[in-house]
Amino acid sequence: MSPQPALIAQTFAALRKDPLGIAGFIIVVLVLLASLFAPMLAPSDPLEIDVYNRLADPSWEHWLGTDQLGRDVLSRVLHGGQIAMKVALVTISVSLAIGLLLGMFAGFGPKWLDRILVICFDTMRSFPTIMFALAVVALIGPSLNTVMGVIIITSIPAYARIVRTQTLALRENDFILAEQAMGASIPRILRSHILPNIAAPLLILASMDVPAVVGMEAGLSFLGLGVSPPTPSWGSILNDGYSYLRNSPWPIIAGGLPLILVTLGFTFFGESLRDILDPKLRGKGGAD
Amino acid sequence: MLAFIARRGLLALLILFLAVSLLFAMIHMIPGDPANVILGPKASPELKAEISQRMGLDQPLLVQLGRFYTDLAQGNLGVDVFSDRPVFDIVFEQLPYTLVLVLAAIGGATLLGVPLGCFSAIRRNSLLDRLTAVLSVAFIAIPSFVVALYLLLWLAVKWRWFPAMGAGEDGDFMDQAHHLVLPAIALGLGWVGYIARLVRASMLEVMEENHIRTARAFGLSERTIIVHYALRIAVLPTVTILGMGIGTMLSGALFAEIIFSRPGIGKLLHEAVITRNYPVVMGSVLVTTAFFVLSTLVSDIINALLDPRLREDGGSS
Repeated sequence: MSPQPALIAQTFAALRKDPLGIAGFIIVVLVLLASLFAPMLAPSDPLEIDVYNRLADPSWEHWLGTDQLGRDVLSRVLHGGQIAMKVALVTISVSLAIGLLLGMFAGFGPKWLDRILVICFDTMRSFPTIMFALAVVALIGPSLNTVMGVIIITSIPAYARIVRTQTLALRENDFILAEQAMGASIPRILRSHILPNIAAPLLILASMDVPAVVGMEAGLSFLGLGVSPPTPSWGSILNDGYSYLRNSPWPIIAGGLPLILVTLGFTFFGESLRDILDPKLRGKGGAD
Repeated sequence: MLAFIARRGLLALLILFLAVSLLFAMIHMIPGDPANVILGPKASPELKAEISQRMGLDQPLLVQLGRFYTDLAQGNLGVDVFSDRPVFDIVFEQLPYTLVLVLAAIGGATLLGVPLGCFSAIRRNSLLDRLTAVLSVAFIAIPSFVVALYLLLWLAVKWRWFPAMGAGEDGDFMDQAHHLVLPAIALGLGWVGYIARLVRASMLEVMEENHIRTARAFGLSERTIIVHYALRIAVLPTVTILGMGIGTMLSGALFAEIIFSRPGIGKLLHEAVITRNYPVVMGSVLVTTAFFVLSTLVSDIINALLDPRLREDGGSS
C-alpha cells in the first residue's frame, strides 16, 4: 500500500502541535544525517592512533577529547552512529518481516498451528533477553552478526504476537467474511485486507523499538561481546571509557550522550506518532 | 479458577521445558568440540578427553539429554569445570545479592512512582503532571547501563558520595545499604516513570467511577477519598506489574552488577561467558529463566484473580 500524501500532511500538521514530538523528529533526522555522512563530518580517522595525545581533554583539535590510544572520540562517536543505525535498520526490518508472516499464519491459519506458534513465541519470550544474548555469544563467539541475530530472534515474538492479535480481531469482520464467501484466496485476503489494516500500528511499534535495539547493541558491545575492536560502536566507546574512568571522564560522557539522544528522540517521536495515528495503542510498550 | 491456575502452571512448565531444551541444543550446535573451545587449541589430548568425560560429552546425544533432565529434576546443575564445585551452589551463592538489588530497585521505584502518579492524576495538566509525563518517558527509554555509568562517574568517582565498587562488608548493614544505592537507582529509575504512568492512568479511571462520586456526595474530604478509596483500587494494576518487573530486573541487574563490580548472578554469567565456563553459563541462564517464567506465572494468576474476564482465554494478547 502506498502512503497517502494527505495522511502524511495531516500527520505533520498534528505533529506541529506537539513540541516533544517535533524535538524527537529533529533529533531523529539529525542522528540519521550524522550517521549517514559520518565519513565526511568526522574531523579525523576514527582508527588513527596518536600515542602522544592519549586521554586528552576536549580541545579545538579534538572536540570531545581522545581515548586511551589517542583516537579522536568525536570521530568514533560519529562512526559509531553508523553501526547503531545499521543494526537498527537490519534487525527491525528482518524481525518485522518474519514476525508479520508468523503472526498472520497464527492468526489466520488453523487452530493447531496457532497453538504451536504461540507456545514458540512464549518460549522465546521466557528467556531474559540479555541473558539469552550472553549465552548465545558464549557459544558462537562475539561479532556484530551474532548480536544482530540475537536481536532479531528475540524481537520476532513481540511483533508476531501483535500481528496475531490484530489478525484474529480482523478475521471475524464482515468485509473479510464477504471476501472469503466470494472465494478470495487466503494470501490475497492477507495481502490486500489484513496487511493494510495492521501496517500503521506495526510501523509505530517498530519506530519505538529503535531505542531498545540500539541499547541492546551498545550494551553487548559495552560488555565486549559485540563489535570487535577497533571498530567504533557507542558501546565499545563506553567500554574503553569505563576502563580509563579515573583518567578521563570524556569517553564515557561522549559515548553515553548519543545513546541518550537517540533513545529520547525515537521515543518522543514514536509516542507522538502513536497518539496521532493510533490512540488505541496508548500504554503498550513498557519498561524493559 | 483452579482450572485456570492448573492450565497456566502446565503451560509455564512446558515453556520452561522447551527453553531448557533449546539451551541444551545450543550447547551442542557450537561448531567444534566444546572441550576444545574451553581449553583452546594448545591443550593436550589427555586433558581434552578428561574435560569431555567430565562434562559427559563422550556419551551419545540422547543419553546426554536424558542425563541432563534427570540431573535437573534432582536440582543438579552440573559441576563447574574449573573449580570442581557444584554449579547449583555457585549460582545460589550469588542469587541473594541480585535479589537484594532487584528488591531495592523495585521498592524504591514503587515508593517514588506511586505518589508521583497519584499527584499527576489529581493535578491533571499541572506543571508537575507534565514534567512527570516527560521525565517518565525519558527514564523508561534511556538504557540502564548508561545511567549506571553516569552515576558511577559523577556520584562515585568525582564527588565520592557513594562507593564505586563491591557490595559492602558482610554483616555491616549500613555499609551494604550505602553500596546498594547507586546500582539500585540505575536499575530502578526506568520503573519510576513506568509505575507513575500506570498509577496515573488507573487513578484517572477510578476517580470517574460511581463509588467515588457517591463518597463525594457524602461529603468526605478529598484526601480521604483519594487515599482510602481511589488509590487503593488504582494501585492494583501496578501490583501485578511488579511481579513481571522482578523477572525482567533479574537480567537487567547484570549491567549494574558489572559496572559497580557487585557480586550477583549477572556478574557470574558475564565472567562465565568470558572464560567459556559452559556449565556455569547454563546454570545461571537456567535459574534466571525459571525465575522469569515463575514471576510471569504469578502475575498472570494475580491478574486473573483481580479480573475474572482474563480467565476465559489463556491470556492471549
